[in-house]
Amino acid sequence: MAFKHDVVIVGSGLAGLKAALEVADGLDVALISKVYPTRSHSGAAQGGIGAALGNEEPDSWEWHMYDTVKGGDYLTDQDAAEILATDAVRAIYELEHMGVPFNRTADGRIAQRAFGGHTRNFGEAAVKRACHAADRTGRVILDTLHAEATKRGIRIYPEFQLLDILMKDRSVVGLVVYEISSGKLHVFHTRAVLLATGGFGKVFKVTSNCFANTGDGVYLAYRCGIPLEDMEFVQFHPTGIYGLGVLISEAARGEGAVLRNSERFRFMEKYAPTIKDLAPRDLISRAIITEIREGRGIDHRDFVHLDLTGISKEKLSEKLSDISSFAEIYLGVDVSTDPIPVSPTCHYMMGGIPTDLNGHVLNENVEAVEGLYAAGECACISVHGANRLGCNSLVDLVVFGRRAGQSIRRDLEQLDWKSLPSSPDARPAEIIENLKTRSEGEKAYVLRDAMQELMTRSCSVFRNEKDLKKALSELEDLKNRYQNVKINDRGDSFNSDLLEAMELERLLGLAETILISALGRRESRGAHFREDYPERDDENWLKHTLIRQTDSGPEISYKPVTITRFEPKVRTY
Amino acid sequence: MIEMKFNIFRFDPEVDREPRYQKYTVKAEPWERLLDCLNRIKWEQDGTLSYRMSCAHGVCGSDGMKINGRCALACQKLVKDYQDKEVLLEPLPTFKVLKDLIVDLDKFFERVEWVKPYLIAGAPPEKERSQSPEESNKVETAIRCILCACCSAACPVCHENSDYIGPAPLVQAFRRIFDSRDEEKEERLKQLDYPDGVWGCVNYFECTRVCPKEIPVTKSINLMKREIEKSR
Repeated sequence: MAFKHDVVIVGSGLAGLKAALEVADGLDVALISKVYPTRSHSGAAQGGIGAALGNEEPDSWEWHMYDTVKGGDYLTDQDAAEILATDAVRAIYELEHMGVPFNRTADGRIAQRAFGGHTRNFGEAAVKRACHAADRTGRVILDTLHAEATKRGIRIYPEFQLLDILMKDRSVVGLVVYEISSGKLHVFHTRAVLLATGGFGKVFKVTSNCFANTGDGVYLAYRCGIPLEDMEFVQFHPTGIYGLGVLISEAARGEGAVLRNSERFRFMEKYAPTIKDLAPRDLISRAIITEIREGRGIDHRDFVHLDLTGISKEKLSEKLSDISSFAEIYLGVDVSTDPIPVSPTCHYMMGGIPTDLNGHVLNENVEAVEGLYAAGECACISVHGANRLGCNSLVDLVVFGRRAGQSIRRDLEQLDWKSLPSSPDARPAEIIENLKTRSEGEKAYVLRDAMQELMTRSCSVFRNEKDLKKALSELEDLKNRYQNVKINDRGDSFNSDLLEAMELERLLGLAETILISALGRRESRGAHFREDYPERDDENWLKHTLIRQTDSGPEISYKPVTITRFEPKVRTY
Repeated sequence: MIEMKFNIFRFDPEVDREPRYQKYTVKAEPWERLLDCLNRIKWEQDGTLSYRMSCAHGVCGSDGMKINGRCALACQKLVKDYQDKEVLLEPLPTFKVLKDLIVDLDKFFERVEWVKPYLIAGAPPEKERSQSPEESNKVETAIRCILCACCSAACPVCHENSDYIGPAPLVQAFRRIFDSRDEEKEERLKQLDYPDGVWGCVNYFECTRVCPKEIPVTKSINLMKREIEKSR
């Protein structure tokens, strides 16, 4: 079937929903999502959303901006960080007005708590900046925005999966979309597309990410010739439940939990003497792996302990009930008496589709691609630089999701309807036909497991040239084997066998961009730590990586970082 | 590794005249989730098996199903608690089956929408609306709802009376009725004051028993009944 909408938004997490709400009045906007909207991964965000409200203690947007820039190890584009920090305050009040049930202070204002890397007066001490609804902040914001979207009558197509972006003369003209319940291919003819498809943590074996996070929008943009920015910067959250990767929010440490090694020593005192367990994630993840490598993992194994026993039972049930229940369900651990075994888990992609401050997707010449926009984790503005601070993701989604929506509204007058290419769905139809008829080959999970294994082994918290090169050649082999991937299910309805096989192409492609970008950057900055180049090198590497698909393979280039208020300096906490 | 035996409900309306049950055996670690077993079956043995899942830790609400007769999330149940006998997996009851363990939730979400699950209030102040911690705590349990539909599927009244609105939409209504910022409390209570509204609930407590987020669902419904009686 052919659908026609002025604007199509792909992804129904916070960025997509917020943008849709901005575009909705008087314009025909549709939202497509591979899952039912309330299942989107924004809902898994636990600990909070950062804004310098100053409700608990003095705070200022300038301190927030500084923390964001320093947290990003100075790769953050500072014009973006300034917008994030200043607009965050308005954004929180807007969410409260929409009904988000934030926790409250005794005098009835929005309560705030400490979070990693958020400080008072340019690094002096930790500051309470994280607004929160217990430890399910993302979920309640998602529900609130979703209800608002249905109230406003925004057309939502649930369980519709993006398969292709249609371009004509370097402008976007439409999308090819797969209806999961029926197996039908649909063409969406449109004037503007916003990609809000989230991250791709499923490239790694241990991740806090949901199964839907396969980087669909990012890979399809890359395949259209759009460069990807800073793909080497992958955040490993320090406290995933050992083995499972399920996230234990930084809010635990914000409320007083501490990390301990096998000697029960609070080891973060050593790595970040000022803010200790509230240091940024990249630093803590490296500290944990260092403790493990030096033999101080618990029982000489590859995890450490997160100790919540100093937090009162009352506070645990009021402010950290979800993570307390995760520990109980998955480990049988009562967090009020026993520690949680934790290790770093792949959590967030700082890199993605390059955009300007208003969501316009930028091509290799840093010019806007007509009709194409991106927001949220799939985008790279770059507001998070080399390492995102906790609490800055949700605020990115609502601040820059809104800006993308507003710029679509502004631009739409100039965006004409362009005709679709002939047989627009030919390519996806052929891919599906091939997958459904191939009788010999390997199953997708074999290749996916191998990819996740090799990425986790070679491209996690610590990296080096030898391992990255080896991983790249192993990945090439997997990509070749993928040409013969085979599925079981030949049906049309809810054929997740087919969809997972198609998602694997995206994951393999994105894994390659991560490895090549990581191999290229011969320095250590934020989440990208090279054992063979352990220092940050501003002279040569204070620049963003771009990787682009060309006829002769992936090509790397670089572009400058925007620096306004804060000159790079040594990053200690 | 433990050898786990499963008996799984299968139905593909494209091919099957009626549902059937299929047996699978899969190896799993005791600390793994039943969802991990399902994935292993799907990936390694039978790609035609369909179910919904996403976050795999009880937050997105996708993988509600009947596990040994009880509605639950497959990602919240561990292998070690099910190792003794064959595990029976079936789709959530009361909803129409679309394929295997996947049910049609359109009507469920329509009913959630019907209770106006958003704040209704006049022009806001410049900053946040004031609310005390005591006031905000009143909805603390209700905001845990992830719309997984386990409660509505498990409710015996919902089985017999398809017009009963069901527990999940009522929890959504509760969240707004007891939110001190909302200005439509009276109208909201009036909307639910009919035989298939709050009064459809006759205290079976099945919803409360199965809720994966431990929301006191029945109690919440009874609190709304009490508010309605008070306002009469």
